[in-house]
Amino acid sequence: MDERISTDASNGNEGEPTDPQRRRFIKGVGIAAATGVISLTAGQLLAEGAARASQGLDGKEDARLQYAMVIDLAKCDGCKKCTKACQKEHFLAEDQEWIKVYKVDDGISGEYNLPRPCMMCANPPCRNVCPTGATFVNSDGLTLINHDKCIGCRFCLAACPYSARTFTWKEPEHTPEELAHTYSPEMPLPHRRGVAEKCMFCVHRRKEGKLPACVEGCPMGAIYFGDAAENAVTNSKGQTLPLRETLADNAAYRLRDHLGTGPSVFYLPQRGRRA
Amino acid sequence: MSEQGLDPKTKRILTPLLRTGLGFYIALIILVGLFLLANYAWSVQLDKGLAVTGLNDRVSWGIYISVFIYFIGISYGGTCVSAILRLTGAEWRRPITRLAETSTVAALLVAAIMPMFDLGHPEKILDVVFYGRIESPLVWDFISVGTYLAASMLFFYLALIPDLAILDRVLPKRVRIRRTLYRVFKMRWEATPAQVRKLERALMAITIIIIPIAVSAHTVLSWMFGMTTRAGWHSSIFGPYFVAGALFSGIGIVVIAMAVVRWAQHLEDVITDFHFRRMADILLVFGLAYLYMTLSEYLTMTFQPSDDEKILVGLLTSGPLAPYFWISTLGLVLAVALLAIPRTRTVAGITMAALVVNVALLIKRFIIVVPSMQVPLIPGDAVATYSPTWVEWALIGGSFAAFGLIFLVASKLVPMVSIWEVSEGDKAHAKDAPAAPEARTPSPEAVASVSVVVATEGRS
Repeated sequence: MDERISTDASNGNEGEPTDPQRRRFIKGVGIAAATGVISLTAGQLLAEGAARASQGLDGKEDARLQYAMVIDLAKCDGCKKCTKACQKEHFLAEDQEWIKVYKVDDGISGEYNLPRPCMMCANPPCRNVCPTGATFVNSDGLTLINHDKCIGCRFCLAACPYSARTFTWKEPEHTPEELAHTYSPEMPLPHRRGVAEKCMFCVHRRKEGKLPACVEGCPMGAIYFGDAAENAVTNSKGQTLPLRETLADNAAYRLRDHLGTGPSVFYLPQRGRRA
Repeated sequence: MSEQGLDPKTKRILTPLLRTGLGFYIALIILVGLFLLANYAWSVQLDKGLAVTGLNDRVSWGIYISVFIYFIGISYGGTCVSAILRLTGAEWRRPITRLAETSTVAALLVAAIMPMFDLGHPEKILDVVFYGRIESPLVWDFISVGTYLAASMLFFYLALIPDLAILDRVLPKRVRIRRTLYRVFKMRWEATPAQVRKLERALMAITIIIIPIAVSAHTVLSWMFGMTTRAGWHSSIFGPYFVAGALFSGIGIVVIAMAVVRWAQHLEDVITDFHFRRMADILLVFGLAYLYMTLSEYLTMTFQPSDDEKILVGLLTSGPLAPYFWISTLGLVLAVALLAIPRTRTVAGITMAALVVNVALLIKRFIIVVPSMQVPLIPGDAVATYSPTWVEWALIGGSFAAFGLIFLVASKLVPMVSIWEVSEGDKAHAKDAPAAPEARTPSPEAVASVSVVVATEGRS
């Protein structure tokens, strides 16, 4: 390489011989180029790692959709009882809404209500950016938070495309009942200050065979929840629907699906509903 | 090395180490005051939690992160002046390298602390090392900023060793503590040919290594934003965009430091108008590069915007934070104009431009961080709001005070102009060119491969 460059130079106007300084410089360029190659390789490895980790709902090799939530927008009347049931279940403060109900007026379909829990993404951006591994995906494909590891950097809040995460800005108000819990990521109580929190699909209630608090708390039966492998989702009224057929027949959609996050929450459009 | 009979220039460079004026104490008191206020603010925040800030679940990063980016950015001045100009053999750099390296170290020391303000659990910061997930851009950031800080301190120190030996030799006996420090840290430097050769090789090595490290630091920082899906952040030019902004503001800071030191230490004949004009050339190049990227970035967002981008552009151009966007953008244009128009290419004009650049880019960091978080992501959600509280302002004030304090303390410990580098330059000068080339030889080494600047050259 030295050889070639010095030849080029001597063919040029100046015809300077290669001096030690120039050689040193070329060596520097070489080091810089090597750095480039190394970082490309590293990037590829990281991308592959992320891709491997993100298999699940949409992954080719492991296509099992684990838990699925179906929200029928035609049935939701915006009463926010799901939010209240969730807050009661998880001892949340008034302003902390893990499932939040938005009033939407898109100017086309009339006003409707949109409950938004955690989307339990197959490729969760919050997990991908977490510096300490506090946010992790458990063996059931649920994205959970280990607060022992959370440093409170809020990168996950910045990365979540669904505004689904909240942060405990101040010391939570504790109740004796809440304080009686022993902490685990599946039952993250008592609450702590300075950590990220979010909806967890009530993973703790599954062990008791119960539906998530929001599903059970919905008087309209608008929220369905179930195991995708069983191809069945159930609402508070005990109505059970076949998952795949329901999604197909009702033109179900997911929020911000184009981002490639692979949400586990499906919405049935508000067909036939008069606002 | 200059011998015992010091020339008047060296004497003047050394004077501030021995004599302290009233101005120094006034500056010291103000800065220490601001620093203590910041300490109090932090204690309040540690006690009550981040609830004392204006941050919320939607806008969860605010001025702490914005100013953190700004400080990483201004550290680039030292790397540019000391490393790039050294590497390209730009002789005129000699009187300003020390200043530049000091500003790099000071900026990075402050920047290394700043993310701590933003953490819910600052005491767990080292978990990023112990439990670090290498996939996280924040871990990349930790590694690159840490490496950059270490390399900068090494750079600063290596280039200081011959001066420490000079100080140890020439300073009077009464400055006993400092002389002990100098003696320890000069590491038996005798300026023997073998030592000089080794130092030169070490400096050249770190000069080359520090450039990719510096580039990586700001690139990786930009990726904390670029790796998310948010409008205004998810941009492939974010790395180079941040780097160009960093060079622009960093060189601006060196110019401001040059003006302050020149005035405070009466070094008009060491740091001359010529140096300011050379720095103005570099500033202009990066200013134009930055404006170019700004245009490229915002035009892409405006011409055929996604829903989110439409809201973001609306917020930037006519939302509640729009004045900041316009002040920042027009400030950058004004700075470039000040640097380009021959009439304003005076020391005052160039220093003013450097100040404008820094204010504009400081605001720009805020405009990058906050509005993208204000954009609603869910249909039916509202635009989020954020207004910083006194705690946040106090901590920001304290950060700038810390930056100033590091400079102030450094100016009493080491000469702000590198004595050995200047005298070596003078020697080489005397040998090579009997008549000093005062004329403005176009300096390609100063501006690397970019030649835009030539078009603006008007007069000598």
